[in-house]
Amino acid sequence: MRDLHYTAGRRAIFAGVELDIPRGSVTAVMGPSGSGKTTLLRLITGQLRAENGLVEFDGQDVSKLSRREIYRMRRRMGMLFQNGALLTDLDVYENIAFPLREHTRLPERLVRHVVLTKLQAVGLRGAARLMPSELSGGMGRRVALARAIVMDPELLIYDEPFVGLDPISLGVVLRLIRRLNDTLGLTSIVVSHDVREITAVADYCHLLSGGRIIASGAPAAVSGSSHEDVRQFMHGLPDGPVPFHYPAPEYAEQIRQVR
Amino acid sequence: MAAPVIHELVASVRESLRALGAYAIFAVRLARETPRALWRFGLVVEQVHNTGALSLVIIMLSGLFVGMVLGLQGFDLLERFGSEESLGSVAALGLLKELGPVITALLFAGRAGTALASELGLMRATDQLAAMEMMAVDPVRRVVMPRFLGGVISMPLLAAIFSLIGLFGAQLVGVQFMGVDSGQFWSQMRGAVELDDVMEGVLKSAVFGVACSLVAVYEGYHSVPTAEGVGRATTRTVVISSVSVLLIDYMLTAVML
Repeated sequence: MRDLHYTAGRRAIFAGVELDIPRGSVTAVMGPSGSGKTTLLRLITGQLRAENGLVEFDGQDVSKLSRREIYRMRRRMGMLFQNGALLTDLDVYENIAFPLREHTRLPERLVRHVVLTKLQAVGLRGAARLMPSELSGGMGRRVALARAIVMDPELLIYDEPFVGLDPISLGVVLRLIRRLNDTLGLTSIVVSHDVREITAVADYCHLLSGGRIIASGAPAAVSGSSHEDVRQFMHGLPDGPVPFHYPAPEYAEQIRQVR
Repeated sequence: MAAPVIHELVASVRESLRALGAYAIFAVRLARETPRALWRFGLVVEQVHNTGALSLVIIMLSGLFVGMVLGLQGFDLLERFGSEESLGSVAALGLLKELGPVITALLFAGRAGTALASELGLMRATDQLAAMEMMAVDPVRRVVMPRFLGGVISMPLLAAIFSLIGLFGAQLVGVQFMGVDSGQFWSQMRGAVELDDVMEGVLKSAVFGVACSLVAVYEGYHSVPTAEGVGRATTRTVVISSVSVLLIDYMLTAVML
């Protein structure tokens, strides 16, 4: 991404974002709530178009692609949504088979083989015939992960993969992110605000704040930054450049007012 | 004083025109996708089951009661003129040309239309549609089209069943309870009903099928992805469908009379 600008309504979300995602790495994009992390993913995947600047995927300018070309590009990507986004009328097996059935004419025997392989990779081969409503949050996330890798993508995108997970599920998902990236030779982008988890798994971190990237580098380097905004976010300080109080009139004065 | 009211009025008219334009663009898109969607007929059949077969009980029950009321009211009215033997033709023409298509469409909007809108709205709210987009699967092609066509196919079938059961209800009341001669009932009906009358009902129900299904899938697909948004989409589906059905019914009746 080069000099990326994006505005939603009257609010400038990005004002000159510069970002590189090295091939083969796990790259974390962190930032406080509302800093535009998910918007960034939507720009990468072509769901949104940048007003100014460049978003490039494997040499292609995403904002200049036609709808057909964007669909072709997305077939090289997989995405794990925050809530899994499994199709609720299909069971686990059919959810994972869904992209295969839509994009290929593989014989059923091969579809079964691929689906079971992916389910085995996320440890849920035994849950193939469960419906999404019968899965725990962590299981749903793992099934969605299996679906995201079923077309053997080159880029895997995780949108807040740790939200609402218990420690065991969280550990499983963390390990899967790393293992899948390394064994399948993927490139992974993980968007999250869970500092501890993400710094444990990422090769590179980028911290997004105020419409710009304010810190980039290895997790240890970003954690050790003396930049005030970075320090507040990485160490979870309640007050700092992002104030504890939402802007409001003088407290005593407001209390004294009758209405 | 009047300026804000005029501004509001202008804004409201502009918004209505925008919505109408959006509906038209969506309808053109669905029309263009229809041949390709018919190619995957299995998905459409599944939706004919969801929208049609699952509405059967409510349609049949309503048809029976409407027919029975028609039998009672028709008998009461015709008896005043000493022509109660015409009950068969009155019931058949009323059901085939008006009550069958219109009441079926209103029931369809309330039962299948709301189900379609809330299903699509929930898919939007839970990122299922976004997930399809990310899997390079067009949600309009894969999800909206089968549901739209399922509704379009179901409606005339449901209207036909409604009219048939309604006729049975009218016969039950008129012949069995009120003592109208059975032979007169059926022969008057056969004599009065022409193929054009049947076709009028079929045409109306087909048009209502397109209108109700379009409204349901449009509102659901474009709903705001929140609980409130889905609820509002469902309500709008019923309101817009019902008003559209009655308006279109008047227009078609005026043209075909």
